[in-house]
Amino acid sequence: MKDIKKILEERILVLDGAMGTMLQRHKFTEEDFRGERFKDWPIPVQGNNDLLSITQPEAIKEVHRLYFEAGADIVETNTFSGSTIAMADYEMEELVYELNYQSAKIAKEVADEFTAKEPHKPRFVAGSIGPTNRTASMSPDVNDPGFRAVTFDELRIAYKQQVEALIDGGADILLVETIFDTLNAKAALFAIEEVKGEKNIDIPIMVSGTITDASGRTLSGQTAEAFLISVSHIPMLSIGFNCALGANQLTPHLEVLAQKADFGVSAHPNAGLPNAFGEYDETPEQMAEQIKEYMDKSLVNIIGGCCGTTPEHIEAIAELAKNYKPRQVGVVV
Amino acid sequence: MSLEEKRKYLKLSGLEPMIVSANTNFINVGERTNVAGSRKFLRLVKEEKFDEALDIARHQVEGGAQVIDINMDDGLIDGKDAMVRFLNLIMAEPDIARVPIMIDSSKWEIIEAGLQVVQGKCVVNSISLKEGEEEFITHAKAIKRYGAAVIVMAFDEVGQADSYERRIEISKRSYDVLVNKVKFPPEDIIFDLNIFPVATGMEEHRRNAIDFIEATRWVRENLPHCSVSGGVSNVSFSFRGNNPVREAMHSVFLYHAIKAGMNMGIVNPAMLEVYDDIPKDLLEHVEDVILDRRDDATERLLDFAETVVGTNKEKTADLSWREEPLQDRITRALVKGIDQYIVDDVEEARQAADKPIEVIEGNLMTGMNVVGDLFGSGKMFLPQVVKSARVMKKAVAYLLPYIEEEKKKNPKAAQGNGSAGKVLMATVKGDVHDIGKNIVSVVLGCNNYEIVDLGVMVPPEKIIQTAIDEQVDIIGLSGLITPSLDEMVYLAKEMERKNFNIPLLIGGATTSKAHTAVKIDPQYQNAVVHVNDASRAVTVVGDLLNKRSNQKYVGDLKEDYEKFREGFLKRTKQKEYLTIEEARKNKYTIDWSSSEITKPHTLGIQVIEEFDLKKLEPYIDWTPFFRSWDLHGKYPAILTDEIVGEQASSLFKDAQELLQKVFDEKLLGAKAIYGLFEANTVNEDDIEVISDSEKFEFKTLRQQLKKHAGKPNFALADFIAPKEFGKQDYIGCFCVTTGFGTKELAEQFETDHDDYNSIMIKALADRLAEAFAEYLHKKIRKEDWGYASDEQFTNEELIKESYKGIRPAPGYPACPDHLEKLTIWKLLQVKEKIGVELTEGLAMWPAASVSGYYFANPEARYFGLGKIKEDQLKDFAERKKIDFEYAKKWLNPNFIE
Repeated sequence: MKDIKKILEERILVLDGAMGTMLQRHKFTEEDFRGERFKDWPIPVQGNNDLLSITQPEAIKEVHRLYFEAGADIVETNTFSGSTIAMADYEMEELVYELNYQSAKIAKEVADEFTAKEPHKPRFVAGSIGPTNRTASMSPDVNDPGFRAVTFDELRIAYKQQVEALIDGGADILLVETIFDTLNAKAALFAIEEVKGEKNIDIPIMVSGTITDASGRTLSGQTAEAFLISVSHIPMLSIGFNCALGANQLTPHLEVLAQKADFGVSAHPNAGLPNAFGEYDETPEQMAEQIKEYMDKSLVNIIGGCCGTTPEHIEAIAELAKNYKPRQVGVVV
Repeated sequence: MSLEEKRKYLKLSGLEPMIVSANTNFINVGERTNVAGSRKFLRLVKEEKFDEALDIARHQVEGGAQVIDINMDDGLIDGKDAMVRFLNLIMAEPDIARVPIMIDSSKWEIIEAGLQVVQGKCVVNSISLKEGEEEFITHAKAIKRYGAAVIVMAFDEVGQADSYERRIEISKRSYDVLVNKVKFPPEDIIFDLNIFPVATGMEEHRRNAIDFIEATRWVRENLPHCSVSGGVSNVSFSFRGNNPVREAMHSVFLYHAIKAGMNMGIVNPAMLEVYDDIPKDLLEHVEDVILDRRDDATERLLDFAETVVGTNKEKTADLSWREEPLQDRITRALVKGIDQYIVDDVEEARQAADKPIEVIEGNLMTGMNVVGDLFGSGKMFLPQVVKSARVMKKAVAYLLPYIEEEKKKNPKAAQGNGSAGKVLMATVKGDVHDIGKNIVSVVLGCNNYEIVDLGVMVPPEKIIQTAIDEQVDIIGLSGLITPSLDEMVYLAKEMERKNFNIPLLIGGATTSKAHTAVKIDPQYQNAVVHVNDASRAVTVVGDLLNKRSNQKYVGDLKEDYEKFREGFLKRTKQKEYLTIEEARKNKYTIDWSSSEITKPHTLGIQVIEEFDLKKLEPYIDWTPFFRSWDLHGKYPAILTDEIVGEQASSLFKDAQELLQKVFDEKLLGAKAIYGLFEANTVNEDDIEVISDSEKFEFKTLRQQLKKHAGKPNFALADFIAPKEFGKQDYIGCFCVTTGFGTKELAEQFETDHDDYNSIMIKALADRLAEAFAEYLHKKIRKEDWGYASDEQFTNEELIKESYKGIRPAPGYPACPDHLEKLTIWKLLQVKEKIGVELTEGLAMWPAASVSGYYFANPEARYFGLGKIKEDQLKDFAERKKIDFEYAKKWLNPNFIE
C-alpha cells in the first residue's frame, strides 16, 4: 500500500464524519447496547457508543462503509472514549484493550474491502484517541485551583493501553483529537512515543485540538500557536482543529497553523453551531461552501467532519477536494 | 526557501507563544521565583504562603519577564511537592501562565515532576555532562519526549568551564551528543556558559567576562541554531554596595555579550544602566575591566569607583571612619565586626562616662541595637552577628574590672542591670552537640539577654536546680541525636511537676514542630516553643518576655500547637502498617545466585592513627557548613549568591584560614578504626558477624509501612546473603573521629571572647569527620575490600554518594537504633583502641565522630525505616535480649501505637 505521507503531498485527503450522529439513527436501546454478553452488567451502559464495536459490530462497520462510499480516505475507529479513565463511568476499565482492538479490527476489515476494490485509492484507519473526561492542567474545583483530578502518569498509562490495542488491532494512523487540555495530549503523545520505542515501529500521528469559543483559545487557555509549539516535539503527519466550532469560525485559527506548522494541517469542524435543540443543521452544501474557503486559501491537507456531519456532508466535501491541490508542507507562505 | 535551509528558532509557549528569532530582543528571564535567588520567596514557600508567592510571579511577568524561572531547591523544602503545587497554582492564573516556565532544579525528580504538570513548552534548567554522558543522554531523551527546551551548563566530569577553551570544548561536546546521539532539536538547546565575577583582584579572574563573551561568539557561530544564556549580576559581584558601578558593569557586559550572540539571561532590570547614559570616564574604566584591556584595569576601576556618587565602599586601608564621633565609631566597629580599635574606643567612652556600666548600657547597647535591627530586617547575616558579638565581648571584658571596682566603692549604685532577661541554655543529658545552641546563645546575648550556658550533657536535675537558683526567665534545650527528644519530654514533665511557670524553648537538628507539639507541649502548661533558627529565637524570646502581651502570645502558642497536634495525629492515623511477618514476606530480595560477592582483600580490624588531616580537604562537603550558620544554598554557588554571597564568601575565607591553621599546626587529632568481617543474614533480620571466630549479631529493623504494590519493605539485613543460601558474604563497620582537641581549642577561643572561632572550630571538626568517613569509605571500596577498585569519582560525586555500596550509621534513618553502636564498640573495641567514647545517650565523644556499617552489595541502598509497630518492637527486644520497655525508650521516635 502506498505510503500515506506520499499521498498527502499529492492530494487533499478526506476524513470521515460523525460516528455518534449516525448511530443515533439506530435508536439503540439499553438491551441493544448490552447484547447477549453484557446482559447482566450491573450498571446501565446505554450511551457507551464504544461498546457497540463489540455488541453491534455490523452497525459500526456499516457506518465506516457509508463514509468510504462517500469518498473518505480515512475513517476513525469507534474508540473516542476507549481509555480506562473514560470507561470508568461504565466500570468497563477491564474491557479497554478489547474495545480498541475490536474497533480497529472491524474498521480495518472495511478499509481493506475498499482498497481491494479501488487499489488506486487506498483507504486508511485512524485510531481515535479522545481527551478522556479529566483535565491534567485544570482543577475541577473552583475553590481549589491547585487540585488535579488526574496526573500525567495516570493519563500516560491509560493512553498507552489504548494505543497498544489500536495498533495491535490494525490502525494505520493514530489520531489524538478533540484536545481541550494540551497536557492531556502531551501525555498521549508521550505514551505513543513509548509504544513506538517498545514495538520498534513508526506510525503516523495526527493531532487535533479544539478551540472552544470565540476567545480563540483551547479550554486550557492556549492560543492556536502556543498549542502548536507545545506539541511540535513529536513528528506528526498533521496538526489541526476539530469540533466545538463550525467551519466558518475555525478559519482564523487554521490560518495560524497553515502559516506556522511544519506538518500537514487538518480540520474536521462540526456541521455549524448547534441550534436551540442541540442539533446541527448546516446542510452539506452550506458546509462545503465554507470549506471551499479553506481550499481557496490552501489551508489544509486533510479535511473531514465532526459533530452533526453525515456521509452526505463528506460526499460534498470530497467532491470539492478533488479539484484542489493540498497545502504545501514545509514551505513558508 | 526549503525547510532544511531555514534558520530554526527557539520556540516556547505558555498560554501564548514566545519565539526567539533573529529579530527578537534579549529575552529576560525572571528569577524572583527562585528560592535561592529570593529570600522572600523562600520564606513564603517555607511558610506555605503560596498565594503571596504567586504575587511574586505575577509581579515579575507584569514587570516584563518573558520567561519565569522556578526553583525550589532548598534543604528544608520538599522540592518536588513545592514545585508541583506552585506550578499547578500558576496554571490557574492566566496572567502568569501566559509566559513559558523555566523549571530549575539540580534534582532530576523535581524537573520531571515539573514537566508533568505544565501544558506549554518549558525550559529545563539545567543538565550537563557533570555526571557523565550516560546520565546526560538519558535526561536529554526524556526532556525531548516531554517537549521542553533545555539549558546546558558548561560543566563536565572534570568541572565547571572557567576559560575560553573549556567553554568551547564542553559546549561543542554537549552539542554533538545532543544533536547526533539524542537527535535533540538544536534550536531547543540553550547554553549557560558560566558568568563569573571580574575585578576580584585575582589574576585568574581577569578574563572572566571577555572569555564568556568570546565563547558566546564562538558558540553562536559554530553550533547552529542554539542560544546562549547566563546570570548577569555575577559579573559585578566584587562591587557589591556600589550600585552605580554595578549597573554600569551589567550594561557594558550585556552590550558586548549581546553583540556576541547572548540572547537570553537573568538580569534585574532595576540594576541596569542605559549603556549610552553611562558617563564617559566610568564607561572607559568599566570597559577596561570587562574587556580586560589593561593590566591595572581593576585597580583603576577600584580607585575610580570611590569617586562615583553614592559610594562608601569599604577598603581595608580606608580609616577615615576613625575620624568620626565616638558613638559612630563604636557602632561601626560592632556592625562591621572590627575589633582592632574597640578597646581604645571603650576606654575613651569610659573616661567620658560617670560610671563604667554606662558604657555598656549606653554606647555598646546603642551599637548592638543597630546590629539587632539590621539582623532582624535581613540586612545582616548570622556570621556577621557572631563577629559583632566577639567585639562586644571584648569590650565588656575590658570594662569588667572597672565595674567590679565601682561596685566595691559604691555597692548600691552599681546594681544597674540592663539585661532584657535571663536565658538558661543547655544541651540535654547524653548529647554532646552544641553548635546550634552556642549560636542561639550568642545571638540572644547580642540582644541584651543574659545567658546562663550549662554546656553539653547536662542532667535534668542540674537544669532544674540552676533555673531555680538563677531565677532564669526562659529555658532553652538543644539536642541532635534522637534519644535527646525523650530527655526533652522528661524535662518538660519535671518542670510541670515543680510548678515552673517559665517558657521552654526546644531546638536542634532532630527536633521538629511535630515532635514538640505532639510529645512535649502536652506535658507542660506554660509555653513550649520549637525554634530552629537563631534569627527567630530573638523575636520569640522577645514576645515571650514582653510583660504586656505575653499572656496572649502564650495562649496563642498553646492553641497553635494544639491545632497542629490534632492535624498531625489525624494525618498519621490514615497510614496502614503491615505485621512484621507480612513485612518480612515483602522483603527486598537480591538474586543471590547471580549477585556477585567480593571477598575483602583484608579481613579483620585495622587502626589508623596520626592521620594527616590535610588529605581530607578535597573531601569536605561545604554545603552543611554554611547551613550551620543559617546561610542556605549550595556550595560553591552560595559564594556568588545575590543575597548571602558576600557573607558566605567572607565566612568561607575565615573558615579556610582556620582550616589551614589546623592543618599547619596539627591542632586536631584524627583517628579511625575499621574492620571487615565474614557475615550472613540469619533469622530474617539479623546479621551474624564472625570476628576471630567470635560471633556478634547486628539486629536490623524492617520498614512496616504498607507500600504500593511492587515496593519492598526494606531492612539492612536484606543486603547481606542469608546463611541458608550457603554463600559467604561480608560486612564492615567503622568509627572515625577528627574531634580530639576541638574542646580545648574552643575553650581557648572562648577565653579570648571569640565565640565566632569557637563555633567555627566545632563546625569545621564536624565537616572533617564527615570528610574522613567519606575518605575511608573510598579507601575501603578501592583497597581494603576492593569491590570497586576501578571506580573514578569526583569529590562532588562522592558527596552525592554516587558510589556502589552504602555506609549507614546507627541513629540515622535506615537504622535509628543507637543501641547498635554498643555492638560496634564491642566488636571493634573502639574506645580501647582510639579513645572515642559513647555517652549515656549513646552520642559519640568527641562530637566530631562518625560511625557506621559498610554494605558492599551494589543493590544496597539508603532508606528510611519510618514507623514500626509493637509486634516488631517486641520481637526486636526478644532478639536483642533486652527489656521491652527499655527497647521502647530507645526507639520511641520510631514507635507508633
